[in-house]
Amino acid sequence: MLKKYWWKILSLLLLLYAVTYGFYVAIPETMILQTMRNLFYHVGMWFGMFTMLIVSFIYSLKYLKGFHEENDRVAIEAVNVGILFGFLGIFTGMTWANFTWGSPWVKDPKLNGAAVGLVIYLAYIILRSSVEDRHKRAKVSAVYNIFAFVLWIIFVLILPRLAGDSLHPATGDNSTPVLPMHLDPSMRTVFYPAMTGWILLGTWILQIRIRISKLKHQIED
Amino acid sequence: MLLKRELTHLFLKEIRLELKQRYVLNGILLYLVSTVFVTYLAFTGTITSETWNSLFWIILLFVAVNGISKSFIQENPARHLYYYTIASPEAIVLSKILYNLFLMAILSILALLFFVLLMGNMIQNPGLFVTALILGSFGLSSVLTMIAAIASRASNNFSLMAILSFPIVLPLLMTLMKVSGSALTSGSWSGTLPLIIILLIINVAVILLAFLLFPYLWRD
Repeated sequence: MLKKYWWKILSLLLLLYAVTYGFYVAIPETMILQTMRNLFYHVGMWFGMFTMLIVSFIYSLKYLKGFHEENDRVAIEAVNVGILFGFLGIFTGMTWANFTWGSPWVKDPKLNGAAVGLVIYLAYIILRSSVEDRHKRAKVSAVYNIFAFVLWIIFVLILPRLAGDSLHPATGDNSTPVLPMHLDPSMRTVFYPAMTGWILLGTWILQIRIRISKLKHQIED
Repeated sequence: MLLKRELTHLFLKEIRLELKQRYVLNGILLYLVSTVFVTYLAFTGTITSETWNSLFWIILLFVAVNGISKSFIQENPARHLYYYTIASPEAIVLSKILYNLFLMAILSILALLFFVLLMGNMIQNPGLFVTALILGSFGLSSVLTMIAAIASRASNNFSLMAILSFPIVLPLLMTLMKVSGSALTSGSWSGTLPLIIILLIINVAVILLAFLLFPYLWRD
């Protein structure tokens, strides 16, 4: 029993730890003061979204390899969960930006990259709903998913170069990048568990959604 | 060699088809002229080089979406079935991309001429601008051909074409605007090489993806 559930319990424990200890842990003195703590939630959610989109991409590839409906189901449900996390990431980011940059939406490559990602995947959902036949829908949307994901990654990679400086850390040319391993050690003790927690929670939601979709399918047949 | 022969025949077929249904081509040309005219009336006298640049590419994007969206729906599905039996899917998609490239090259030159005529010439570095135009026609035609193929499999084709392609075409469009923007502000080529390399990478990636993915779209 426990063998199957351990990661769900772990996800809950990690997130519980993140939302409690995240407010107690000592953080370094910076310009943005206590809002720094949002890093545990905001960035963690982006990682959750990204993981889901990669999962979707992989399962779309798998679908085109063998045309098993199972893989298509994972691909669409992973996109759904990814979009959920994407919106959560945007809302937490907007709250944060409002305090630190003075406005909920500022012109910044990372924000634009994220917004374009959401638009791409909302379009993916609309594409799916406009194809009647089940197999055709799976095939066409898998092709779009792969095509769009690759171009989106290119977009996210080249945007900072086009836009010049980002307000986010880590994109200026002469600054040292602020990768997780460069974070203050005390923050790392919360950031890594929080990130893992969000990704596991996403996987959990994904699993439930796949089950629901399977049941719905059985009822329809 | 077989691919090359198929490609030639299919490419010629596209041209013959276009000449036969000349109203489609005329429609796009008129669309181009009217949009440029609308921007001319809306922006006359108040235009900066940045606005000039953005307007030009946005108009070209809309013209491209309009011109290419018909690629896979102008012939009836039964005829597609026939092509499927006589040609490889790779040849089909490459011939469509090549034809659309040809179309886009003509349309972008006409767009540029008409735009310059009405909005004034702000280009300082014609060589760089033309480079952007060529790479742009290439990129737009390959991305949009692929999206047209995807959208043609679904109902509600036209609005799908726009919502599927706009977010995807952005990396290309923004890099193009950056390159042509520097062709408008200075006569030098400095600093544009990395951007041109990015454009080439995007173009190669799109062609590769089209080559690999199109066979799945084609078979029903």
